[in-house]
Amino acid sequence: MADTILRTDRLSKSFGGLIATNGVSLDFERGQVHAIIGPNGAGKTTLINLLSGDLLPNDGSILFNGKEITNLPPNKISQLGIGRSYQKTNIFAEFSCYENCWVAAQSRLNSSMRFFRPASHLKAVRERAERALELCGLSRRHNSRAAEMSYGEQRQLEIGMMLATEPELLLLDEPLAGMGSEESIQVIELLKRLAEEHTLILIEHDMDAVFSIAEQLTVMVNGRVLATGTVEQIRNNQAVQEVYLGEDEEEL
Amino acid sequence: MSALSRFLPLSALLVLLLFPLLGSEYYVGLLSRIIILAIFAMSLDLLIGYTGLVSFGHAAFFGIGGYALAIAFQDASVIHLWQALPLSLAAAALAALLVGWISIRTSGIYFIMITLAFAQMFFYYFFESPSYGGDDGIFLFLKPVLMIGSEDILKLEQENNFYYFALSCLVAGYLLLTMILRAPFGKVITAIKANEHRVCALGYSVNRYKLVSFVIAGTLAGLAGFLEGAHSGYINPSYMSWHESGIAIAIVVLGGMGTLYGPVVGAFIVVLLQDFLPSLTEHWQLLFGSIIISVALFLPRGATSLLPRILALLRREKSEDASSEEDPLEKTDG
Ligand SMILES: Nc1ncnc2c1ncn2[C@@H]1O[C@H](COP(=O)(O)OP(=O)(O)OP(=O)(O)O)[C@@H](O)[C@H]1O
Ligand SMILES: [Mg+2]
Repeated sequence: MADTILRTDRLSKSFGGLIATNGVSLDFERGQVHAIIGPNGAGKTTLINLLSGDLLPNDGSILFNGKEITNLPPNKISQLGIGRSYQKTNIFAEFSCYENCWVAAQSRLNSSMRFFRPASHLKAVRERAERALELCGLSRRHNSRAAEMSYGEQRQLEIGMMLATEPELLLLDEPLAGMGSEESIQVIELLKRLAEEHTLILIEHDMDAVFSIAEQLTVMVNGRVLATGTVEQIRNNQAVQEVYLGEDEEEL
Repeated sequence: MSALSRFLPLSALLVLLLFPLLGSEYYVGLLSRIIILAIFAMSLDLLIGYTGLVSFGHAAFFGIGGYALAIAFQDASVIHLWQALPLSLAAAALAALLVGWISIRTSGIYFIMITLAFAQMFFYYFFESPSYGGDDGIFLFLKPVLMIGSEDILKLEQENNFYYFALSCLVAGYLLLTMILRAPFGKVITAIKANEHRVCALGYSVNRYKLVSFVIAGTLAGLAGFLEGAHSGYINPSYMSWHESGIAIAIVVLGGMGTLYGPVVGAFIVVLLQDFLPSLTEHWQLLFGSIIISVALFLPRGATSLLPRILALLRREKSEDASSEEDPLEKTDG
């Protein structure tokens, strides 16, 4: 029996006249990697923004673990166990790598309102932050200022910060974008490892990566869901081949 | 931090501690005023330099700290410090809680506008209230006392004693803010200044942190207002005018925001300029303005940003002749 962790029901969002998300109804299964693909401007990031609370939908609803989260602000959604990484790197540039993860880890422990103890003394937070750094492969960059790191490393840090909040459901918006092949391989390995214990919703343009990680696949075009199903089903879907996987069609 | 830059604040403190032994009463009084302004500016720096909240109404809490003292004790035969100081702090904190609770919902230019509007409301309230002296304000003829037995251990009516009292308040405020900024709370507000959106996405209720920061800053401004009222024995609506709020911003920016010592240095620069420039020319305001403009243009991180550069220069010179003689200060550096 399928166990749905997240469900959207006729979710819609428009910017002025542009309908970026158009009646999207999707079920995401617990423990699976569900990739969302689609051409530029298809509305993938907008969908993630709706799920994470960064944007409020005009219509429709979102259920997480059976609980309505449609109009919750990002911090509440994060506290419920939904973490996200951003397509555009969104880190604290002046903080060190470790401090970035530290602030993320700290959000889970109800001690941030503490005034009278140096931040460095909180052992639990430190361990969480160090684990996240380890996972995203930046341990050796512990003290580097985020702004001084390579673009690829900043992308890794972006993921590390999300991990430091130890979410149950991970929303990853193009985690591989702009990474070198070495870093890509590392991050794909990381995603595979994370997939063992988490639910992942993954937006990615790199098809090889998608096919190697994802179990479920949704294709979006113009704000709508064109098709959704297992990777095999989508590969063989006629409409998808016409609109999106044009190259595959030629091969047929 | 290098030994040299740790040594600097301590030596500055030493100079301040010894100053009354040498300086005349007039200059000790002037220095007290500077220290009070430094506390006020430092509190604003917590908002501007660390939380990213540009408040243009910070003088309101300064004024409320002063008015709380003046209103409660204008007819009293004795002002007990242990009553008056907590009262001023509480009044400023409460006002900051109210103003902050509404203001932090806005950001950017709207936050500037709304804090200004609140401060103006307080200003006009006191300006037009006959029972609080209207625009004439309130005089206080007594200084707060701290009685141990039948002895006042502070004797604030003596200029030197008041000076040391104000200086202790500055040091206490500085240490308190340093501690807060090193604690988790401090890390979070600095992160909010850097990237508020991401802090929220990480699960923090950003507004709560902003509000707490706003209240801490307001309370500290209330302390400065209390000291000002006690020092000058006079409090009037102009203490909370937008002009005062503007000066405080200028001090923070001139000195260097996001460093606690910056506003202290800024307060010295501004008051000394205001004291010294009029003797040069009657158009001193023009000169004052151009100095502010030049600092903003050439030292965007404030006057104190010169310090690290000077230290670096000194260090280079030192390491050049370090081969011949070793400097004990430099040892801890490596
Ligand atoms: N804040 C916004 N205001 C106005 N229009 C927006 C906004 N955000 C997105 N859009 C528009 O909505 C549409 C969908 O954008 P979105 O970023 O969701 O696409 P995407 O599928 O993530 O594309 P990409 O693959 O390039 O990241 C685009 O046409 C975009 O211009
Ligand atoms: Mg996108």
